[in-house]
Amino acid sequence: MRKNPYWSDSIDRMQSAAIDGEDFALPEFSEPRIYSRRTFMKLTGLAASGLVLGFARTDAANSATSEANSFPLAYIQISRDGKIILYAKDPEIGQGIKTALPMIIAEELDADWQSVEVVEAPTNKTLYGRQSAGGSRSVRRNWNELRHVGALARTMLTQVAANNWQVNINECTTHKSVVTHSLSGRQFTYAELAEDAAKLSIPEKSSIKLKSTSQYQLLGSRKSGVDNLQLVTGKPMFGIDQKIPGMLYAVYEKCPARGGRVKSANLEDIRTMPGVTDVIVMPGRDNPFGPLPGVVIVAKSTWQALAAKRKLSVQWDETDAAKDSWSSAVAQAQKLAHTPGKQTIAEQGNVDKPLSEDTRVDAFYHYAFVAHAQMEPENCTAWFKGDSIELWVPTQTPQWGRETVAELLSLDTAKVFVNQVRAGGAFGRRLFNDYMLEAAAISKRIAAPVQLVWTREDSMNQDYCRLGGFHQLSGSVDKEGKLSAWQNHFITFTHDGKKPPRAGGLKENEFPHPMINNLKLTQTMLPWDTPSGLWRAPSSNVLAFVIQSFIHELAVAAKRDHLDFLLELLGRPRWLEPGNPEILHTGRAIKVIKEVTEKAGWGKPLPKGHGLGLAFHFSHAGHVAEVAHVSVTEDKVLTVHRVTVVADVGPVINLSGAENQCEGSVVDGLSTMLGLEATFEAGRIAQTNFHQYPILRLPHTPEIDVHFIDSDYPPSGLGEPALPPLAPAVGNAIFAATGERVRTLPISKEGFRV
Amino acid sequence: MLKLEVNERIYNFDLEDTHSPLLWVLRDQLGLVGTKFGCGMGQCGACTVHLNGAPVRSCSLPTSAAVGQAITTIEGLSREGQLHPLQQAWVELDVPQCGYCQAGQLMSAAFLLSNTPSPTDEDIDNAMVGNLCRCGTYKRIRKAIHQAADTISKEGQ
Ligand code: FES
Ligand code: FES
Repeated sequence: MRKNPYWSDSIDRMQSAAIDGEDFALPEFSEPRIYSRRTFMKLTGLAASGLVLGFARTDAANSATSEANSFPLAYIQISRDGKIILYAKDPEIGQGIKTALPMIIAEELDADWQSVEVVEAPTNKTLYGRQSAGGSRSVRRNWNELRHVGALARTMLTQVAANNWQVNINECTTHKSVVTHSLSGRQFTYAELAEDAAKLSIPEKSSIKLKSTSQYQLLGSRKSGVDNLQLVTGKPMFGIDQKIPGMLYAVYEKCPARGGRVKSANLEDIRTMPGVTDVIVMPGRDNPFGPLPGVVIVAKSTWQALAAKRKLSVQWDETDAAKDSWSSAVAQAQKLAHTPGKQTIAEQGNVDKPLSEDTRVDAFYHYAFVAHAQMEPENCTAWFKGDSIELWVPTQTPQWGRETVAELLSLDTAKVFVNQVRAGGAFGRRLFNDYMLEAAAISKRIAAPVQLVWTREDSMNQDYCRLGGFHQLSGSVDKEGKLSAWQNHFITFTHDGKKPPRAGGLKENEFPHPMINNLKLTQTMLPWDTPSGLWRAPSSNVLAFVIQSFIHELAVAAKRDHLDFLLELLGRPRWLEPGNPEILHTGRAIKVIKEVTEKAGWGKPLPKGHGLGLAFHFSHAGHVAEVAHVSVTEDKVLTVHRVTVVADVGPVINLSGAENQCEGSVVDGLSTMLGLEATFEAGRIAQTNFHQYPILRLPHTPEIDVHFIDSDYPPSGLGEPALPPLAPAVGNAIFAATGERVRTLPISKEGFRV
Repeated sequence: MLKLEVNERIYNFDLEDTHSPLLWVLRDQLGLVGTKFGCGMGQCGACTVHLNGAPVRSCSLPTSAAVGQAITTIEGLSREGQLHPLQQAWVELDVPQCGYCQAGQLMSAAFLLSNTPSPTDEDIDNAMVGNLCRCGTYKRIRKAIHQAADTISKEGQ
């Protein structure tokens, strides 16, 4: 029996709302929606003088009371003084999107990047369509639209110049915010043209010419992040930095086992503590998304609230709370491993014959739960104003947060204003807006602006962790050394008893499944009540480790070079589903694998105790291969000397940002595989702060070489796809160095350390 | 009335609880929010400031212990509108990802360079080991410290 049945469906809804959306149902290479579902809107004489360009849905543009009119910001503002403001629509969480998206506009606009100012857009579906950060999708989703925005503005500015000179627009060129008449050398700056451009009607689609990749000057170059100067000088940029006059500070104590309710607490002691203005018992609601039951302390400073929280002692009613135990899950999985598996996910051919007749390999892989542990703890600043609310919140899903706040407070969505602020890391944690709902509820309750801040301990014990999992694999290679069978019994978790949560499944089309004639994939689910979540490169971050390590095991069993074995498995270059960026293209895979092995010196002689390991993974539309060079001492001290990364994500937007994401993914992947695990007993996470959650530190950072394939597929995001190959590349390198196979994450469980 | 000297400026203010860690006084009372909260227990270095030129974890330092001492925060790292060579290198090499840890990283690095103008990789390891970066910008941090050290040595010539 489920102890806590309400978790299940809501979690599913949460995850879907967070990641899926209307945009994702559309084919990615479709025409930009500008000319179809949406219409261009010019807004002049409102907030700024000059040209303001944006979109709005047709109906909204026609409605005088629409939100579009109350936020005349859109994408581009060019004012008479020469300032060009570009609005960054999606949340910046450290993935560099606040720099990358405006670069796309600026390229087509031919704006002088030096004089561009980038401003975070408000949360507004009417103006911006979907705004979110998740699934490495921002670049993909916005690519067409933003290029058209830039090109359209460029065309209008050029047209004004051409009209003025009474020449054909084709005789005019643009560069660094200046239009030049090629024949006469006459010039106008965009600043001089902006106001007249605003008076033009929107040109026909056919008159808009997008640049070809080879014409790009800004895209593909290295640009420093647009916020860097403010960041290094300590300016208020983050959610936690927001200040509102009269603002109070809140902390929120919840049951460390999800689903627990407040039985009693020493509320009177807390009320008399210095600075404390309110102590509130929150009943919570039956929704894992929050607000959860707990005790809120409001004080005049963060410290006073924190000090009071330390003295707070709550007795929890845990009747309905999660009782999850990681150690018993491990024990159960080990027992179940050799059973056939309750559900069949895929079956092709017959695995039994080759498994009994050919050279067979059996392996049990397992990986722990992990926490997000983003550097900036969850926080939200909320100001309830009677019939509306304004929020400042670091979130990956501002629109979804906005809607849920509206629902919680029974407000019209139009009355909920969500300001996007820079987020100090996210990694999937901020897909969920529980802390936003909490702050909204508190502000309404105390009728004052409030900043809610979670402690690191709150952040750990109220996380939506990545699920752990177990794989009993069997495979075989025939006499020619070819892979002849692949069987995987996946033991995963379920919140509802029916299916695994979103990132806890195994897909039939995951490489190399479609390439294998004799394949059997089965699944058994263990119940798990604590809500789980999505963690950087969901599902790929663990499957890559299992699959790419096991392919290497089979290559070793076949006495073949890993590189040849892997390339053979990929077969001839083809797109498994032409036109679908979610689906593997073996040609792109082969290219990154070949290139990475070349760059890393695959096959070169190495000293004793050293090894190279290779892995490839396709995720989030990115094809990425990595080679790790490691050495391991007799007593299992691991040094990762160098990681070489080759990625094909289409044309690179900001080279510096792209490299940074790959470097960060390598470090994150290494950090996580080495020593990070979230273990649970009695529904409680055991790790409370960084001393028990040893994130990699600077001295253990390897050299990292990043290379991109020059490809002309549409560009895709880089927040995630470089992470999954890291763990198997290092694991395979450890095998090459020592002959010892790592099958457990984190590998500290197998005695390795740095 | 409490008197603190931060970034060469004197602040006089009331504080109910002088045990309050310096971090929260800087952030809430003085509005100097560049210094960040990450763990509250000396583990991450996000809250690093200088006390008389030496790095301290402001989340774990009672404000009373900072009275009468010269405190420098990230807001005071640049002088007279002139970026510190580290800040310059951080921007040039595009070090930050989310950026949340970077104030602490810069303060630790600034102390390193003030004592060891030409640090080796090992010096950098030792000086920076207390500063976590969850985004993994360590490679660039190392490079930027070397670059800033070069700038300083060139300027000194
Ligand atoms: S907040 Fe002070 S060391 Fe982490
Ligand atoms: S840049 Fe994000 S934690 Fe360092």
